[in-house]
Amino acid sequence: MKYTQTQIDLRRKLLSLYYGANAGHIGSSLSCIDVLIALFGIKTDAERVILSKGHAAAALYCVLNHIGEIDDLTLETFYKNGTKLSAHPSANSFLNIPFALGSLGHGFPIACGIAQANQLLKNSDYVYVVMSDGDTNEGTTWEAAHYAVAKKLSNLMVIIDKNNLQGFGRTMDILGDTANNEVWSHIGFEVIEADGHDVAQFKERLQLLKGSSDKPKLIIANTIKGKGVDYMENKMEWHYLPMNAEQYTQALNSLSTLNNA
Amino acid sequence: MRKEFSSIISRKIKANEKLVFMTGDLGYNALEPVIEAAGERFINAGVAEQNMVGVAAGMAYKGFNVFTYSIAPFAVYRCFEQIKIDVCIHNLPVYIVGNGGGYGYGIMGATHHAIEDIACLSSLPNMTCWIPAFVEDVDYCLNKIVDEKKPAYLRLGLGKPYPNPVAISTINQVISSESPEITIIAMGPIVHNALEAIAGKQTIDLFTILAVPFLKFSDALKTSIERTRKVIVIEEHVGRGGMAEQVLSRLANESLFPDAFVSMHAKGYPSKLYGNQSFHQTESGLDVASIQNEISKLS
Ligand SMILES: Cc1ncc(C[n+]2csc(CCOP(=O)(O)OP(=O)(O)O)c2C)c(N)n1
Repeated sequence: MKYTQTQIDLRRKLLSLYYGANAGHIGSSLSCIDVLIALFGIKTDAERVILSKGHAAAALYCVLNHIGEIDDLTLETFYKNGTKLSAHPSANSFLNIPFALGSLGHGFPIACGIAQANQLLKNSDYVYVVMSDGDTNEGTTWEAAHYAVAKKLSNLMVIIDKNNLQGFGRTMDILGDTANNEVWSHIGFEVIEADGHDVAQFKERLQLLKGSSDKPKLIIANTIKGKGVDYMENKMEWHYLPMNAEQYTQALNSLSTLNNA
Repeated sequence: MRKEFSSIISRKIKANEKLVFMTGDLGYNALEPVIEAAGERFINAGVAEQNMVGVAAGMAYKGFNVFTYSIAPFAVYRCFEQIKIDVCIHNLPVYIVGNGGGYGYGIMGATHHAIEDIACLSSLPNMTCWIPAFVEDVDYCLNKIVDEKKPAYLRLGLGKPYPNPVAISTINQVISSESPEITIIAMGPIVHNALEAIAGKQTIDLFTILAVPFLKFSDALKTSIERTRKVIVIEEHVGRGGMAEQVLSRLANESLFPDAFVSMHAKGYPSKLYGNQSFHQTESGLDVASIQNEISKLS
């Protein structure tokens, strides 16, 4: 897979943001940034993307900066006192950040509500929600799952950023595979899998999925936590750690070799 | 206080086979010693706090004493009904541990703050909330929690050591003045702001109260209020249902009616902007300068 220039540029921006803020959650953001790029490339102005894994807010901020919703000066306030850009998305500041998220398990029910409303309003809008493995541990996720199926929320697109790592261990060792294709299919979702780092493939599969049935839709995005920075990939500590100067240089070097493989 | 907490728990769990430790998928770079000490009595329940507390209640029913650990808002609000029904109504030894009470998680934002936790939990039957102010208090609170074997909440924050040695109790006099004019009561590590605010002043008695609800004032605290007749309560918690209201109702019960009573408390997000813990303290008027200002108004 080749990275697009946008994928590389936004990764560079993301790393600079995290380095400037001396902040963690880098691995989490690198895991879902490509899915966010794809979704913001597809969605209409009226449609919403709900980032349930709010701890990857920096990835969302970079994408919103890319599409012009967050200007450069505002982006630079990330993590600083008096900012609107807290480490998890805060409410009431940006059109494409409609809810405060960061407590896992909230995004999916909210997305169900938006999908339900879109049906009542008889429009053809989709709503997209990006969940993590951790999100799929929460009870609300399973309540929402049955709700979505029972209420025939065919205009709901759930994406699970499946990197198999969580806050204090591997998903498999904690509660087992809660982001499992068969389980979600069995509940009544139209499920496909996609490479969560291949933007073109992801968009293509998503568009195909849209017309496929009147069930709610779910894409298991197979991802790697820390994707694109070699030494961070698939390492739990990069959920938490900020980069020091040397690590930052190393990370940028790693990005510059991305398409050479 | 997280590191101190982890080392005390490790010691206790090794010595006491009835103790179980559950985490809601948190503890990197802090709980590793607990894993080591607890063996199969360390359980990562996943990011599923409601289930975690329900499971803890079931284990407590079978004779275990169970800690449940998460970031304060998730440890408390997400599973509030489980705490109320499964734990408190049955008076079971389940010990909720919330890391980063108040604005402790700073720039992480509103989802990660717990400024209403004491109000919620202290309304439940059988529940005692423990709020260490200094690092040494963590050991005291944990001893109480484990000895009492009933529902408890431990609110951890960023504590520093005591400025001078104190025989720790539930109510502690941190600073005493020869001729006090104002009595200050602090809840939790915000006491450090109070300490800084009163540095050099000779007219302040400073107390901490580590438990909500607390049964009665200590003799020293009562005497201080009788002498100063001016009380300031400082807490990184909303006004409603917090320490100030607890103190007020206690004062009324003891027919103590001071001339002045000031509640300094968390005000939420007045500017709708975010920042680190001290940014939010300042927004709520809990910073050193604001405390000094209240003191001079009363002086
Ligand atoms: C309700 C709730 N409980 C706990 C947390 C703390 N927390 C933040 S991220 C995380 C787990 C990280 O793993 P995952 O959700 O799979 O995210 P990813 O690996 O995609 O970054 C936890 C437990 C939280 N944000 N919300």
